[in-house]
Amino acid sequence: MSDSVEIIINQAKAVREAHDYSGTAPIWSKKKSKKAPIVWRPLLSDLGIGALIPVVTVAVWQLAGSAGWISGEFLPTPLSIARSFVELFSSGQLIHHLGVSIGRAGIGFLIGGILGLLFGVLTGLFRSAEYVLDPSVQVLRLVPHLAIAPLIILWFGFGEVSKVAIIMSGSFFPLYINTFAGIRGVDNKLFEVARVLGFSPSQKLLRLILPAALPSILLGLRLSLAVAWIGLVVAELIGSQSGVGFLINEAKQNSDTEIIFVGIIIFAVVGKLIDSLFKVIERKFLFWRESYQG
Amino acid sequence: MGEALLSITNLNKRFETAGGHVQALHNVDLQVQQGEFITVIGPSGCGKSTLLRIVAGLDSGYTGNVTLEGSEIGGPGIDKGFIFQEHRLFPWLTVEKNIASDLSLKDKEVRQKVDELIELVKLKGFEKSYPRELSGGMAQRVAIARALLRSPKILLLDEPFGALDAFTRAHMQSVLLDIWRTNKTTMIFVTHDIDEAVFLGNRVVILEPRPGKIRQIVPIDLPYPRKKTTSSFQELRLRVLNQFEKVDELELTDGAGI
Repeated sequence: MSDSVEIIINQAKAVREAHDYSGTAPIWSKKKSKKAPIVWRPLLSDLGIGALIPVVTVAVWQLAGSAGWISGEFLPTPLSIARSFVELFSSGQLIHHLGVSIGRAGIGFLIGGILGLLFGVLTGLFRSAEYVLDPSVQVLRLVPHLAIAPLIILWFGFGEVSKVAIIMSGSFFPLYINTFAGIRGVDNKLFEVARVLGFSPSQKLLRLILPAALPSILLGLRLSLAVAWIGLVVAELIGSQSGVGFLINEAKQNSDTEIIFVGIIIFAVVGKLIDSLFKVIERKFLFWRESYQG
Repeated sequence: MGEALLSITNLNKRFETAGGHVQALHNVDLQVQQGEFITVIGPSGCGKSTLLRIVAGLDSGYTGNVTLEGSEIGGPGIDKGFIFQEHRLFPWLTVEKNIASDLSLKDKEVRQKVDELIELVKLKGFEKSYPRELSGGMAQRVAIARALLRSPKILLLDEPFGALDAFTRAHMQSVLLDIWRTNKTTMIFVTHDIDEAVFLGNRVVILEPRPGKIRQIVPIDLPYPRKKTTSSFQELRLRVLNQFEKVDELELTDGAGI
């Protein structure tokens, strides 16, 4: 008796689960293994498999270097790179240059991003602004922003202004385009709701358009920041007296291959950290989305 | 009968299309008294949604007179509550914030009214839920609460339960009747379900298509709550259905729209 009840309950559960695949015939859930689920196993296997290639690469690299198969000037060993990292760090140089770089990228990103956001909101909201501004912006967008770097240097010299300008010109476009697309993607049906509820124009902007466009705007922010970070490297490699790019450039002149590697790793790690931070922000603000989350 | 709350006289509306124009509404006259529950029914393309949208102020470009409490319908506004077929909640707001929308829950009066409405639409315990966590019926109840918070003079419902399953639909009908009897809000309810029209309305307006005009208005003199199984209910249902068949014949002899 109790068995049959259990069967019915299980069937009901399965049907309910299958209901999520609406439109298809009921899918009977696979039998779960009888063992208790082990939480750490998938975690570990993910980490283990993901780390496999880097670990093996670094190990072979170190062995090849130690065995003297590759010259240290051409490809320094991981250990010597780590040593050079510690030296740069303890002398305070690394922090100094990193701070300068982040400052530049931050200012350039801030100005370019705010302009991108403003222009994007403007063209997104007003058809007339779109007709006036968008064609020009699209033409400029297709010019690789690094191609105008020489021009910027010609105009502003090798000082801070040109570096910020290069970074700015890059970080403008992703935010502009995604803000525009985000606003134009707002469900027209919600605009009708706003009309029925008697929203004022400012309420429409703050309570409907911006929240609805937020996923797109955040994506634009993330892409802008990535472009700012790339622009930074170019700006600093072209000519500067400080920053991580300068560190790399100087190391190149002194054939200090280790420091070049340290610089590259710093760029990679900080870039990744910023990107991860954005993912956290996205998760915090966009949890309400109904779309497929993977 | 005193002065009507909503007065529609000689309403005509046509849509310009690539191949000429379509007469969506033709000489529609309807007087709605305060506190009435009007259901509007008709086959698709009879202009029932257009009629509702004109009253809401969402559609313009018509001829004739539409007045609410004596004044011309200007545009959409909170005095004309509108429930769409889909719930159309803001997905980034919780249930209570959706109901409040542009009003602040920090305002004590708003807070109290929102709480009362949550009670009325039977959503206690879901105040902090997001729309994606709600079923279709629950979400539609939130939409109704959102409209009621603004104390509309009239509530316009455009096939609000059309997308719901039969059980949820029956439940929502009784919830809506409860609200109507508690709040005395005047309702115009568009549907294509004859049972629903006869069950809810104290008058059923039957529209016929091409051009959309009123075929008949059937008063439903049954006391609430009604039972769909009673013979008097079935009788009225048949009367409405008969009108429909005439509408169909008309369409066939016309040879239009096929």
